[in-house]
Parts: sequence; C-alpha cells; structure tokens
Amino acid sequence: MNFPENLLYTEDHEWVKIDGNTATVGITDFAQSQLGDIVYVEIETEGDELDAAEVFGSVEAVKTVADLYMPVGGTVSEINGELEDEPELVNTDPYGKGWLIKITTEDGFDTDDLLSVEAYTEHVKAQS
Amino acid sequence: MSKQTELYHIHSALGAQLIPFAGYDMPVRYSSDKKEHMAVREAAGIFDVSHMGEFIIRGPKALELIQKVSSNDASKLVPGKAQYSCMPNHQGGIVDDIIVYYIRDDQYMIVANASNIEKDWNWIKDSNTMGAEMIDVSEETSLLAVSGPKAEAIVQKLTNHDLSEMGTYFCFKDTFNGAEKSLIATTGYTGERTFEIFIYNKYAEKMWNDLMEVGEEFGLIPTGLGARDTLRLEMGYMLYGNDINDETSPLEAGLGWITKLNKGPFNGSDILAKQKAEGINKKLVGLEIVERGIPRSGYEIAHEGKVVGTVTSGSMSPLLNKGIGMGYVPSELSAIGTELDIMIRNKPVRAEVVKRPFITK
Repeated sequence: MNFPENLLYTEDHEWVKIDGNTATVGITDFAQSQLGDIVYVEIETEGDELDAAEVFGSVEAVKTVADLYMPVGGTVSEINGELEDEPELVNTDPYGKGWLIKITTEDGFDTDDLLSVEAYTEHVKAQS
Repeated sequence: MSKQTELYHIHSALGAQLIPFAGYDMPVRYSSDKKEHMAVREAAGIFDVSHMGEFIIRGPKALELIQKVSSNDASKLVPGKAQYSCMPNHQGGIVDDIIVYYIRDDQYMIVANASNIEKDWNWIKDSNTMGAEMIDVSEETSLLAVSGPKAEAIVQKLTNHDLSEMGTYFCFKDTFNGAEKSLIATTGYTGERTFEIFIYNKYAEKMWNDLMEVGEEFGLIPTGLGARDTLRLEMGYMLYGNDINDETSPLEAGLGWITKLNKGPFNGSDILAKQKAEGINKKLVGLEIVERGIPRSGYEIAHEGKVVGTVTSGSMSPLLNKGIGMGYVPSELSAIGTELDIMIRNKPVRAEVVKRPFITK
C-alpha cells in the first residue's frame, strides 16, 4: 500500500496536497482498494464554498458508494474532467491522474486536523 | 471472532480482500470485481463458498420431512437431481431459499444460506415430527464452485464421469479427484455453467490447487463474493436477507414457480394459497437505470413524487455497464416498461421496470 510522504491525509481516506492557496484532493490507495472498481465519480459542487468535512461528492464503485469529504475548507475551483470518461484512473493512479478536485482559499488552509503520513499509516493499520 | 474456511490462508496469500460475512472471513475480491465478473461470463472463475450450510436428511421419512418444509415438489425429484426451493414460514414469509439434492434413495441434502444455518436447522428440526434422520454437515464440508463457459472443460480434467451428460441441476456422489464421498452438482448462482464440488474439509486445499492448475489454460481465476453478487444480480436471482426474508412472500418475490400449492399441505401452504387466491399487493421487479446512477439496497423507489417501495439489491452491471437493481413495488406499478424513480442521494433518478434476467443468456 502506497502513501506518499509529501501528502496530508484524512481519517476518511482522502489525501490532500497543499500548494500555496491551492489544494489538490483525491482518495488514497487504501480507499480505492477497499472500494474496488470505480465506475463513476459524481461531483456537482464546482464553484461552491464548503467547510472542512463537508461532502463535496461521491464515488460509485461496482459494489458500493462512498461520500467524499472536504479535507480542508475552501472553494471547489476545479474538478478532474478526465474522470468522466475514465473513472478507473482513481483505481490505477489515485495520487496522480486520479485526483478529484482542487480547492482554493484566500485565507490559508487550516491543516490542524489532517494526518501526517505516519499517523495515516497507523490509522489504516487499525482499520485493516 | 470470525470463522475461517479451509482455504483462508490461500485467499490471504493471493492478496484477497477478506470481509466478515455470515460469521466467516470471506474473500470479497482478489483483484477487481469487474475482472472477476467478466472471467465468469467469458471463461471461468472459482469460488470458495464453504460458508454455505449443508444438511443431510435421510431415512424412510426423509421425503416426507422435505415435502413439509419446502414449497417446491420434492416428490418430482429422482436420484441425481436437484431443485431450487424455499422454506416458507407460517406467516407466509420465507425462512430461507434452499437447494434440495436427491443423492440416492432415502438420502437428500439441503443447502442453506450461511447466514441462516442455525435458523434453518431449528426450523427443520421443529418440523421433523415424522422422525427423519437429520445431520448438519456444514462444519465438515467445504464447497468450491467452478463457474463459467469453460467450467465443464476444467472440471472434466479431474474426473472420468462424462460431465457433458449432466444437465443443469443434476448431481452425483463419488470419489472425485481423490476426494472420497464428494458430491458434484451442476447447481450454481451465476447463470453460467457451474460445477459445485462439495468435499470434506481435508480435501479442500488440494482440490483448489488442482482446479487452479488444470484451469490455468482455460483462464480460470479465483473469484470473490463481490463478483458472485453482481453475477447473480444480472440473472435476477434472490439474495436472502436482501430480496427475500422472513416477511416477504415467495409469491411477491416471483417464486410462484417453486411454490407448488397442489402438492399437498406444507408449512405455510394455507396462507400462501390464500395470498394466491386474493392476489398480492406488491411484487419484486427488476429495475434498470435509464441514464446514469446505481441503485443500492435501501434506496427508495418513487412514482410521481411518492415513495412506493425500496430497492432490495442494486449494483452496476459489469456486462451492461448500467445500474440495475430489484425492489418491491405495488403490483399496479410492476408491469414491464413502467417508469419509476430511484432516490439516489435525495435526487430522483429515472429507472424502468425490466424483465429478469437483466442479461440475455
């Protein structure tokens, strides 16, 4: 199971990469493996300003559906359009081409509640 | 603490994702639900379904007991034949759906859903006023199912019995690939040609390995409960606990074809006859999403803005690449072609009542 060190994580298995006032968000390798084959990603919050932990969309796998939660508060500024035709990118490349949304803020991101890679790895171990 | 099948360490070594199911840690998938699903549709898959329950019913009163607890007519069976059936309760609901195997004179086997083993055993025992001999062999029995268009060619490699002579829902008991007293049956849950191999636990690991070895050239892969569920759903087969339960009538579920009210009295036959005479108020229907969306168990079914039912099973069909499901709706809304809405995350998504199976076999 691969958890890149340069990312921050949530207990709900999203990852977030913060780059100044923009955050890129996806789901972790653990999450995609638990969900199985992802058949589509439904995100209809583009342009919305959402708080941390609010639902920004959902991901449908063959067997199950999971809500997606904002790891940090901000405006959903971009959705990964490639997932419309190739939702399986979330399975095959969860930290790369399978990213889900970008969030922007002008106030700086509050990362206090996010998990480091070490803390997230422990969290996954406790669940599996 | 979950129980494990004899093949638990094999599933683990294969990297399977294991989930607790009916008290067992069972493989839900080894690689990908879609890949495993398509392997069964196009080549073959092997399932460990050792969690299923098996009861031997034997002796001169065996048939009498089976006739009393089951809705189908077991008197029509001949040795070597099996039948799908269900066990109604006295309220017109379903204790379990089962398969009855007529192994040889005065000897039958009932295969029960894993989650119902104890309930079924007690139910049958309470009905056993005639004194048939009952043996629960669930714990000592492993069950492997090889399913798919290549299943027969694979299983044939391990036996001299001419499997091409076996139609659907047949069985024979014999030594099989070195495993004594095995039962080989052409029953299954996928809609594809399937061989279910009931063996004593001590033979399970070798049987799995031998099947995998002879199956390799035919594209046999291990397949998990995830694929098993989408395969059965594409066929419109019932999943006990989802589509049928203690409260649903076999007539409502579309199981009238295994409810033989003219065979003589059986558990629940009075109330089922009454239901049939009066007509039923709701029916289980197949639902196909018209555009995009996936029905899931528990989602509401609506008609013209009013909730009329609940989805009992739903998934993406890997073969159709569409959301499909089943659910109970009022009888007047059950006709093929009826347009209904499924409430997906509080939004109505258009679905159509379609015939089952969802796929053409």
